[in-house]
Amino acid sequence: MPEDTNAQLETDESVPPAEPKAAHLPLDRAIETQADLSAEINALGDAYARALKEGTPAETQPRLDYPPYRSSILRHPTKSLHHADPETIELYSPAFGHQDVHALESDLTIQHNGEPQGERIIVAGRVLDGDGRPVAGQLVEIWQANSSGRYIHKRDQHPAPIDPNFTGIGRCITGPDGSYRFTTIKPGAYPWKNHLNAWRPAHIHFSLFGTEFTQRIITQMYFPGDQLFPLDPIYQTIVDQDARDRLVATYDHSLTEPEWALGYNWDIVLTGPKRTWTENEALGAEGDEE
Amino acid sequence: MSNQTKLVPTPGQTVGPFYGYALPFEKDNELLAPGSPGSIRLQGTVYDGSGQPIPDAILEIWQPDADGNVVQKTGSLVRDGYTFTGWGRGAVGNSGIFTFTTVNPGPTKPGAAPFISVAIFARGLTNRLFTRIYLPDNDEALANDPLLRSLDPERRKTLIARRDADGGLTWDVRLQGEGETVFLDFQ
Repeated sequence: MPEDTNAQLETDESVPPAEPKAAHLPLDRAIETQADLSAEINALGDAYARALKEGTPAETQPRLDYPPYRSSILRHPTKSLHHADPETIELYSPAFGHQDVHALESDLTIQHNGEPQGERIIVAGRVLDGDGRPVAGQLVEIWQANSSGRYIHKRDQHPAPIDPNFTGIGRCITGPDGSYRFTTIKPGAYPWKNHLNAWRPAHIHFSLFGTEFTQRIITQMYFPGDQLFPLDPIYQTIVDQDARDRLVATYDHSLTEPEWALGYNWDIVLTGPKRTWTENEALGAEGDEE
Repeated sequence: MSNQTKLVPTPGQTVGPFYGYALPFEKDNELLAPGSPGSIRLQGTVYDGSGQPIPDAILEIWQPDADGNVVQKTGSLVRDGYTFTGWGRGAVGNSGIFTFTTVNPGPTKPGAAPFISVAIFARGLTNRLFTRIYLPDNDEALANDPLLRSLDPERRKTLIARRDADGGLTWDVRLQGEGETVFLDFQ
């Protein structure tokens, strides 16, 4: 893994700025303040609250068009998504198993010679489909900043220390009951250049597969009680409070291990399914040869 | 189980800028070893609303094999060089170009238009987008395809790849504006 990481870093060093407003300008040119952004975020939130009161259905997913997240301005489709009935390949998901992922990859604290700095945590939960069925034998990938809020990535210019004992990548295959479990370090908040004094709430990126490719999702898990939630244009791309809450883990003392690590629970619900299930799949057969 | 209460799905979020040390893996975009019999190159560029290529997008493709069979084999993350799993992942390079080595998918039933399913993630893209890449070769199958039939001719073109001189496929993604790619909602 270290060789791969280095190769990626060298490639990324020469990445040109994607958008002049986004992440590469010197700080003194980022004249928009948090107050400016908060006014925009609150105006969109207020308009949504009024629409809800007038009977508009609640939104459950982020808005693709959310101008306070400046990088989204030129990157969201302007035409509505086209409704399609999933066909053939879309009704299946790629198969992953223990050939793909080693059991130790779910522990992000043992990838180097020493213990990483920070607060050791356990993040565990289940992956379910929209009918509440467990998604068994599927791939879960995570990545995150270290306890100081620094990513192992050349394009992260945050002057916080890199932890030589923490890369911040984990993978696992869900169990027959859809369960996953990672041991890691609580990530720090980190600053970014969406506007002046912009800070992301602490989060862990999650990548998930379902039983159908239409259920594919990448998202972020947050920690309860973060004071940055109302200020963060990315978290706020989801305008509905109940929907936003679904990204926040719960502190779970039954997952906490004595004198070792604090436990957080987070269940993930995928869309669908659309396909008619065979009996074997409905029983939660593992997508693996073992 | 059909009488169970439906659960509300968890929202997506942007992949962000820092996936580059996490999501890519060795041979992630090689569904087949380059140069092996039947292999083709699938390539394209991801553009933003101002027509600029974007350097921080990552795509996944998922497709049937050359005979139109849906493959359910593990081993995509640790490729053995022989097993076709049907799934691959490819980050764009500095100039917004992605490349896969794969096979032409076969029709999943007689007369069907073969296509590759695609999921697109990018910094600045708040949720993943789904779309399809159709092979350009069978006009009759394309004309009869239910999805393509439901689209204006101008928009339909965005889902059909071009056949390159070397037998490969070129298919570009335009996230916004002129020639905006058709993105799909399956719900």
